[in-house]
Amino acid sequence: MIPGVVPQPQFLAVDWWALGPLIALTVGILGLLMMEFLPGRSKSARSAVVSLLVLAVSAYCVYHVRMDRRSLFEGMFLHDGMTVFFTLLFLGTAAIGVLLSWDYVKRTHIDHSEYYALILSATMGMIVMAASNDLITIFLGLELMSLALYVLVGFRRNQLESNEAALKYFLLGAFASGFLLYGIALLYGATGTTNIGRMAQYLADSPATSNPLLIAGALLVVIGLAFKVSAVPFHMWTPDAYQGAPTPVTAFMSAGAKAAGFAALLRIALLVLANTHAHWDVALSWIAVITMTIGNVTALFQSNVKRMLAYSSIAHAGYILVAVVAGGTEGAGAALFYLAVYSFMNLGAFGVLSLLGRDGDERVLVSDLAGLGFKQPALALAMSLFMVSLGGIPPTAGFMGKVYVFGVALRAGLVPLVIVGVLNSVVSVFYYLRITVAMYMEEPRGETVPVSWALPSAVALAISATLTVWWGLQAHTLLEQARNAVQGLL
Amino acid sequence: MPFPWLSWLIFFPLMGAVLIAFMPPDAERLIRRWATTVAVAEFAFSLPLWWRFVPGGPAFQFVEQRSWLPGLGATYHVGVDGIAVLLVLLTTLITALAVIGSATAVHKRPREYYALLLALETGMLGTFLTLDLLLFYFFWEAMLIPMYLLIGVWGGPRRVYAAVKFFLYTLAGSVLMLVAILWLYNLNRAVTGVPSFDLESFYRLTIPPATQVWLFLAFAFAFAIKVPMFPFHTWLPDAHVEAPTAGSVILAAILLKMGTFGFIRYAIPLFPVASHLFTPWIVGLALVGIVYGALVAMVQPDLKKLVAYSSVSHLGFCMLGLYAMNAQGFAGSMLQMINHGITAGALFLLVGVVYERRHTRLISDFGGLWKPLPVYAVVFLVVMLASIGLPGTNGFVGEFLVLLGAFRAHAWWAAVAATGVILSACYMLWMFQRVMFGPVTHPENEKLSDLTFRERLVFAPLVLLIFWLGVYPQPFLDRMQPALDRTLLMARERSEVATGMAGAVSSATGAAGATTRPAPRPVVAAAPGAPAAATEPVR
Repeated sequence: MIPGVVPQPQFLAVDWWALGPLIALTVGILGLLMMEFLPGRSKSARSAVVSLLVLAVSAYCVYHVRMDRRSLFEGMFLHDGMTVFFTLLFLGTAAIGVLLSWDYVKRTHIDHSEYYALILSATMGMIVMAASNDLITIFLGLELMSLALYVLVGFRRNQLESNEAALKYFLLGAFASGFLLYGIALLYGATGTTNIGRMAQYLADSPATSNPLLIAGALLVVIGLAFKVSAVPFHMWTPDAYQGAPTPVTAFMSAGAKAAGFAALLRIALLVLANTHAHWDVALSWIAVITMTIGNVTALFQSNVKRMLAYSSIAHAGYILVAVVAGGTEGAGAALFYLAVYSFMNLGAFGVLSLLGRDGDERVLVSDLAGLGFKQPALALAMSLFMVSLGGIPPTAGFMGKVYVFGVALRAGLVPLVIVGVLNSVVSVFYYLRITVAMYMEEPRGETVPVSWALPSAVALAISATLTVWWGLQAHTLLEQARNAVQGLL
Repeated sequence: MPFPWLSWLIFFPLMGAVLIAFMPPDAERLIRRWATTVAVAEFAFSLPLWWRFVPGGPAFQFVEQRSWLPGLGATYHVGVDGIAVLLVLLTTLITALAVIGSATAVHKRPREYYALLLALETGMLGTFLTLDLLLFYFFWEAMLIPMYLLIGVWGGPRRVYAAVKFFLYTLAGSVLMLVAILWLYNLNRAVTGVPSFDLESFYRLTIPPATQVWLFLAFAFAFAIKVPMFPFHTWLPDAHVEAPTAGSVILAAILLKMGTFGFIRYAIPLFPVASHLFTPWIVGLALVGIVYGALVAMVQPDLKKLVAYSSVSHLGFCMLGLYAMNAQGFAGSMLQMINHGITAGALFLLVGVVYERRHTRLISDFGGLWKPLPVYAVVFLVVMLASIGLPGTNGFVGEFLVLLGAFRAHAWWAAVAATGVILSACYMLWMFQRVMFGPVTHPENEKLSDLTFRERLVFAPLVLLIFWLGVYPQPFLDRMQPALDRTLLMARERSEVATGMAGAVSSATGAAGATTRPAPRPVVAAAPGAPAAATEPVR
């Protein structure tokens, strides 16, 4: 068919280093499940330490071969800059998730080893998604991630809302997977391949890009991924799942699952959709506009902070879509930058929430935060920092993210989209400010909310806060990495 | 490498604030003393700028440029010109006075309060001193956070509403400016091939008039909200009334100046064609603001609100002077910014003094204060007369120059604006009469204590400045004149280049304009009032 692009089979010469992160995670997952049988009391701490070690080994593996670009398994799996960037991001996200869970699972009596095994499985799924160069592999990764997350969302199994969240997430997620799979099938029918590179080549060569099979297939694939990144109108599961899930899981999935969805979307969008550019620009632009607007406007009316942040995460998906629409390496670099920034500020925000309340009760209403500002200065300062950053106000990373995304979008000539974006950010600031208003300017009704401090959570928050400030003041370190990651992607 | 004077100036208060954050929360005396020391030392640090700044020298002095975000092309670039130097001195002075003045007013959470005040100073100085647009926006927005918290935590009963309104209003205005900055950045990158947010390289850009209109609107909207110009002023009375005294003082004396400063530094020289195009609108709104602000001030029952609306009126003068687009107007406007900083700051401090003693600001709760508070009354009288613009005080010089400039542009502009002077005399004198003269109407007021030594210390420099600027404003004018002339000249030349390019007839001019910079010719500082040949209005 197309000479020269089919890589040679490499089954015998497995590239161990490039697969290192996945191998380490697999071993870790199995080990964690085995550890359940070992005697001992402090299971959570033990499993958490093992998980962190596994994540560290994983990170070492990918860092070791960060400069290499290779394609494995007949081009189904790519090891390139983007893989490395996202792998490190997911591992970091998972590490923060584990640190936040450490005390939380003990407190809420859900400390089973599966918990950490599932977090690592989800991480593995995310990595596979980001590293895929084939629609089938993307689907594999997506399922691995989603199935693990469905269970994690329902992990507080004696809580009704957690069950509801898991069921809702599962049902809608199953639909999304169905859409994606169906779309893959149609694309395969239209192009004769599931490999993204070859598909792009085919589209570039053939003039018939308005093939209905192709359009329908691509549409379904985009819908499937839009579910995962919770873009409007496929966002309905987000608030319920985020609210019902154990808070550290919410933190982990809001950052990781979204980034993974975008990783896959970027791989497809930049290569496949780029050849049918005109259609997708318009469609994705509109999705971006309604995602930003509906996310932000709905968030205004939430009294539960977890739900509010869920809608805020929907809105942020809209900002990232702006970068995707801008396209090209610049757009992809901006998207990567924003995803990294978003991940850590969001992890931090949910991390703060995970500390509120004692035992099983979650105190996450806006009114619960009243008076926290002067009772818990460090916690409130951290929360304010994450809110300011989510609102895109300097001197934080969120501001730099917005500057970069909107700057790139302007360069691509998307002026209306940018104006909608910045106006949306003003709307968003209103509800982020509500949190600071509650913390600093309101007196609590009754007792101030109890805070369950623990060293691991404090470390997690400190890391997130440091990164949020550091990338706000010295954005170029991350910027270079994001740019390098997407070099040679096209 | 020379001493990084400006960086020290910008970040010294922030360092002080960080240190305060580590002090025990209830050690009020320690915190207050430290904050006072930092603020006063900062003022002392800034004083050498007055002597060491060479008015006829390079446009920007004490320049520092370091790499900040190499990938993006943003640099840490600061420098001071004749416009910024006065505003910087005003900032350090007013902040020091605000910190000293808060000693008895604030006992609630002093650690956070003083830390925020000092952090705010860093933000303000950064905004005035930066020469890189991304850095400018960075400071411009970051500054909102401490002010928001100052209003929201230490303010009056409706503080939360006022704080959120202040934040959102300013933010809504500035986000479009961010878009415009990014647009300029992309344009600059397309023309020069170098990614940069540098102001001086933006000054060299030739922007097509049609684009200028949009960019100007984005910038002007941000600045007009900050000034505040007439229809965008509604955040101001709320913020002023609810803010603690120090907050009101800084808000009125410095934050409002950022709007007018933005026009002088960015909107006018960057987009001269659009600026010229919108002159009728801006002048119209400025005139409405002058008259409307004065009329609304007249009927206010609350002293703070009265001063707040008088700010709307006075800032209208500043805008009018700027858009007269001639040497007198510019000088007057600039002088009026300083004047308003001094008098409005002093007025808010004066209101704060009686509020601390009586916990009310209603005019009807006072009367005959002259008897129990003679020193206070004299200071109030001086400040009030300065605010009206009595000859011999600073207000006169500024308003006179503005009116002169406006008259040279259009006689009737000056005619309308002059009614503002009359109206300001009405509301100020009437207020003064009700508060100070006559018998003591409320028995609580008889026992009030007069200004303490600390308070006299706060007012002394302000009163001194009122007379200095009123009698001998030349040192101030000398410092600002070259910068103002340069701005005017640049606006005119850039305007010619841009319109020449649009005309497409003189393509040679356009091509030349795109590559070469209209060199700022050294303009001999013309004394205001004397016929300024070099600076005809931009036509």
